[in-house]
Amino acid sequence: MNALTLPTRKAEEWRYSDLDALATIWPVPAPTRIEVAAGEASHQHLLQDASDGAAAVHDYVITIADGARCDFHVLNIGGKLGRVTFDVTLGKGSHFELNGAIIGGGDQVLEIISSVTHAQPDATSGQTIRSILGQRATGSYLGSINVARDAQRTDAFQSVKAMLLDRTATANAKPELEIYADDVKCAHGATVGELDRQALFYMASRGMDPATAKTLLLKAFVAGVFDDVADEAVKAAFEAAAIGRLEALV
Amino acid sequence: MLTIDQLTNAIDGKAILKGLSLTINAGEIHAIMGPNGAGKSTLAYTLGGRPHYDVTGGTATFEGTDLFELEPHERAAAGLFLGFQYPVEIPGVSNLQFLRESLNSQKRARGEKELNGGEFIRLAKEKAGLLGLDMDMLKRPVNVGFSGGEKKRAEMVQMGILDPKLAILDETDSGLDIDALKVVGAGINAIMRKPDKAVLLITHYQRLLDYVKPDYVHVLAGGRIVKSGGAELALELEREGYAEVLAA
Repeated sequence: MNALTLPTRKAEEWRYSDLDALATIWPVPAPTRIEVAAGEASHQHLLQDASDGAAAVHDYVITIADGARCDFHVLNIGGKLGRVTFDVTLGKGSHFELNGAIIGGGDQVLEIISSVTHAQPDATSGQTIRSILGQRATGSYLGSINVARDAQRTDAFQSVKAMLLDRTATANAKPELEIYADDVKCAHGATVGELDRQALFYMASRGMDPATAKTLLLKAFVAGVFDDVADEAVKAAFEAAAIGRLEALV
Repeated sequence: MLTIDQLTNAIDGKAILKGLSLTINAGEIHAIMGPNGAGKSTLAYTLGGRPHYDVTGGTATFEGTDLFELEPHERAAAGLFLGFQYPVEIPGVSNLQFLRESLNSQKRARGEKELNGGEFIRLAKEKAGLLGLDMDMLKRPVNVGFSGGEKKRAEMVQMGILDPKLAILDETDSGLDIDALKVVGAGINAIMRKPDKAVLLITHYQRLLDYVKPDYVHVLAGGRIVKSGGAELALELEREGYAEVLAA
């Protein structure tokens, strides 16, 4: 494929994207390459908070060598189009952990796309994605896990939950598995829901105004995504950005 | 304090309350009893402002204000507390967080000074102690994993912290064993039996009324109050059954 050709929606990984916004920054720069050497641990994070109306695409190609691990935290909240992609290859006995949150409103299109390849035996991976979408926003998680023929004893999970604040918002969740080994544990779950009306009435009956009640429930929904960010300053910045975005939405 | 006049309502178009009138003055404890399906819980939810409990006629005046003009959270700030028959679980939100946000929301609405962390913890400790509830319970998510009895105790701790003028308690006695019933009864008395407060107890059974002695007992049937009396009416109902008393 010619890298200069704008993708079309026919390609699965672009099906829910905003190609008009993409065109404004096309062609996007080459992906960021992260290589974690054997036995090493790498902590990565991305706070995608591009300005209103902008388009931002962040592509990562991550190679995790034998016995190494990579923890990636991503908060995807900015721009007209905010897209973060991961192409991960796992070595023997290595681990990849992705914790991500998407919080969007207006006409935002926010996406996390991942392709995790268990190329060698005994590797593990976990992906936890929480999305909160209001107004006419679209949030998508498309994640494929590919287990090679030799990658026995692979253990992988994907947990995807989306919360819609308005009937006009859209969540797409598409966990996908392609498995060629026979001794493999792969778990995946996806749910899309709304704020619990009974909880909202219970909170109102105790005096909480609707905005405070909604914010509290939504904080609880995304809590945990950034719990294990190693750097306290980064963690605080992520939490502040997430809460700021939430408060603007409710 | 609360005057309900000819209240009618409907849930999804079905009429439940059919002209209910009741006056509760400060310093009084009223009990409403009645058979299943009489509209007892509907009365509580309608006064609390639960969505889909539509008022179709009549009025409810609370401390001089039209209750139905207020949103549910404004009713709470005005001094109304609704005790739930089935308290709602809220995963991920601790009791302390829930109560501090609730209390401070009420205080903001009334133009009062909000409590800081230390002040709030002291208040929570005092009220939890009153109901024999461990502070560790209050650090856990709201009602998640609580037994039936713990949920009802937690509700009374909430009432103690929020310090309402009028408490409407919907079958607070259901799911309680004898010991818990005593503790909850004592809690209601300690928090609410005051000259400037009032309680509306909704119950199926007489047993809670052994601990929280009502000044008035009303029988709700077919969507309206059909009989009123003193504490002795509850004993009569317990002895004779609703059918007998209503037929008499």
